[in-house]
Amino acid sequence: MDLARFAAEVGADGAVTVVGGRTQWDAGGAVDASAREVRAPSGIFEFEPAEMTVRCGAGTTVDELDAVLGEHGQCVALSGDEGSTVGGVLAVGRSGVRRLRQGPMRDVLLQARYVSAEGRVIKGGGPTVKNVSGFDLCRLLVGSLGTLGFLGEVVLRCRPRPAAARWFAGGAEPFDLLQRLHQPSSILWDGTTTWLLLEGHPADVEAQAGLAGLPEVDGPPPLPPGGRLSLRPSALRTLSGTFVAEVGVGVVHTAEPAPPRELEPGVAELNRRVKRAFDPTGRLNPGRQVAA
Amino acid sequence: MNEKEPRGLVADLQQALAPDRVRVSPLELDLYARDASIISGRAEVVCFPISAEEVQGCVRVCRTHGRPFVPRGSGTGLAGGAVPVGDPVVIVTTKMTRLLEVDADERMAWVEPGVLNLDLSRAVAHLGLHYAPDPSSQQSCSIGGNVATNSGGPHCLLYGVTSAHVLAVEVCLPDGSLVMLGGLDPEPAGYDLRGAFVGSEGTMGIATRIAVRLTPLPPAVRTLLLDFTSVESAAAAVSGIIAAGLVPAALEMMDAEITRAVEDFVHAGFPRDAAAVLLVEVDGLPAGVDAAASIVEEVGRAHGARTVRVAADEAERALLWKGRKSAFGAIARIAPNYYLHDAVVPRTRLVEVMAAVYEIAERYDLVMMNVFHAGDGNLHPLIVFDRRADGVLERVMAAGEEIINACVAAGGVLSGEHGIGLEKRDYMPLIFSPDDLDAQARLREAFDPDGVANPEKVLPAGSRCGDLQRIPEGAWI
Repeated sequence: MDLARFAAEVGADGAVTVVGGRTQWDAGGAVDASAREVRAPSGIFEFEPAEMTVRCGAGTTVDELDAVLGEHGQCVALSGDEGSTVGGVLAVGRSGVRRLRQGPMRDVLLQARYVSAEGRVIKGGGPTVKNVSGFDLCRLLVGSLGTLGFLGEVVLRCRPRPAAARWFAGGAEPFDLLQRLHQPSSILWDGTTTWLLLEGHPADVEAQAGLAGLPEVDGPPPLPPGGRLSLRPSALRTLSGTFVAEVGVGVVHTAEPAPPRELEPGVAELNRRVKRAFDPTGRLNPGRQVAA
Repeated sequence: MNEKEPRGLVADLQQALAPDRVRVSPLELDLYARDASIISGRAEVVCFPISAEEVQGCVRVCRTHGRPFVPRGSGTGLAGGAVPVGDPVVIVTTKMTRLLEVDADERMAWVEPGVLNLDLSRAVAHLGLHYAPDPSSQQSCSIGGNVATNSGGPHCLLYGVTSAHVLAVEVCLPDGSLVMLGGLDPEPAGYDLRGAFVGSEGTMGIATRIAVRLTPLPPAVRTLLLDFTSVESAAAAVSGIIAAGLVPAALEMMDAEITRAVEDFVHAGFPRDAAAVLLVEVDGLPAGVDAAASIVEEVGRAHGARTVRVAADEAERALLWKGRKSAFGAIARIAPNYYLHDAVVPRTRLVEVMAAVYEIAERYDLVMMNVFHAGDGNLHPLIVFDRRADGVLERVMAAGEEIINACVAAGGVLSGEHGIGLEKRDYMPLIFSPDDLDAQARLREAFDPDGVANPEKVLPAGSRCGDLQRIPEGAWI
């Protein structure tokens, strides 16, 4: 399916919602039952390893993309569950547990072709790794939960896959580890145990592991699925209860659902104006709230 | 004072700030009529607020008098983004230079917009931290200006451009209200308006306070200088390094002309007979740095590098970088004027685009030099000239347009780090459809419904459906 057909399916009238892998379907709340379902095109359209960028349909699964990039020793900093689509994880915008090193998801999207509320294909950003030509619609779309436009096709920034990646865990003080190690890929902490991911040259990983002094483990702990908090990194020191915190980042996975978040009035008004500018009739993913 | 000088406006601004921080002298108006581009406009009043409240005061007075405003940092912009058009009030942030807070634990700092880029890195160096984006103008450009243009720099190849380093921005919106966009937490609620604001070139408001991410200094750094007998082989080596799965911290190219100019200026031992040199830096942990440096050397030699010089110590490394970053000072010895271009091409197309760029300069009989961020395909063709010579400016502009067309034809974009401003505004339709431009105009309109913030920049007239924007009067090149 191509973009023009996707645009035609979205059309210009009536409530509509775009479906990915439904792996984070509850993000932002339920979509009105009246909304018609559409799906974005899938497939990897262009991958030049020497360019370190990839162009694919937003409906492509993260796993498929990862497998193709992996054949050439590359990866993208997207994180999803089985079945998650590229467009879905970008629209939700939640980074994975490697964010400490990889950075936020918003830095991955270089160019987007999306379908607007008017059913037109709009291009934002550019295909090159560096680009400041015009306003940054890509960053605006990441995390917008499909309320400003439906991602159809994207160009993503790739990274070299690290030569070694090893998890360690034990009773180390996580905030101290963060200061002592150079660019660890992940530090998780549940209030008792600290998990550490080191990536890079095998000898560097070995040396950093020696500094950390933790035994090697198979992988990270399961993340409590209840809620996801976004806190200043320094606020993690005083957490209590059942949680897994991403140290140095500030994302906290909790057993309890996260409380609703409110925007300061001026920012809330600006959010409303942006929404109105892109979707004046409120037909894209009605019911979803980005501020929730 | 010229006859159009509106006394009420100046008096109100003086009331909002202080008399000595509202300037109307012809000398100053002339100074603030231009930035580092070759475009000039006309400033009518220039204000120097010292706080967010004073910025708000300026913006409110502008509203009362129905005047647009132009935010301005250090004026080092190269795309005319700070050039005043349409009788605006120029709001300069150079007196807002306080480093408000440094949090080494969270690796972030709050700065006022007038803080200079290099001053920030120097102020946090003792904590083992730095501010990663490093434009060549980093000694004089401000963080506020960097935010406006989403500035880059050599080390942005690995570390990313400004937007990846801005956590939050306090913005005085065009209606005079103050809002905080983004936040110090990783996933602030709402749309990423911080992301939309960075790179908006002053068309969405004025940054009054900025929270930036600070990056740990790498434990190991290796800086290599490779010298080639042709530009083609140097460009092919660049592609080869990336294709080998390496993202160096920096990967810069200088061609023969600029290498000689730089060597005569800084005496860093750059080979004066090289057709092109690559300055490559790899950083990180020691084993990874060793491995990466070996790959750079290997790929370089495979593409015909004559010599590979590795900086022996920090002093030599600093000298090599001084050479690279003094390039624009060096050319002042050659001709009085230069026009520095900025475009990005896919890095796999570097060799052919470079050939096209040289052909264009030759056809227009212009002296051109190239010093640029080769690793991310960010070209900076630099045309040096003397604008007093008859007809030279026309040739410079015509060649510039052809260069842009060649980059776009290769699948590139209009700007990698300088922005669009006035310079490239009318080229936007080369890469964006009317629908694409309309979407950008809607975003701008959400921030600035009345179009008073840096009007007539970035988007060409007619970008918004029903747009009656006019060609800027009083702007000339």
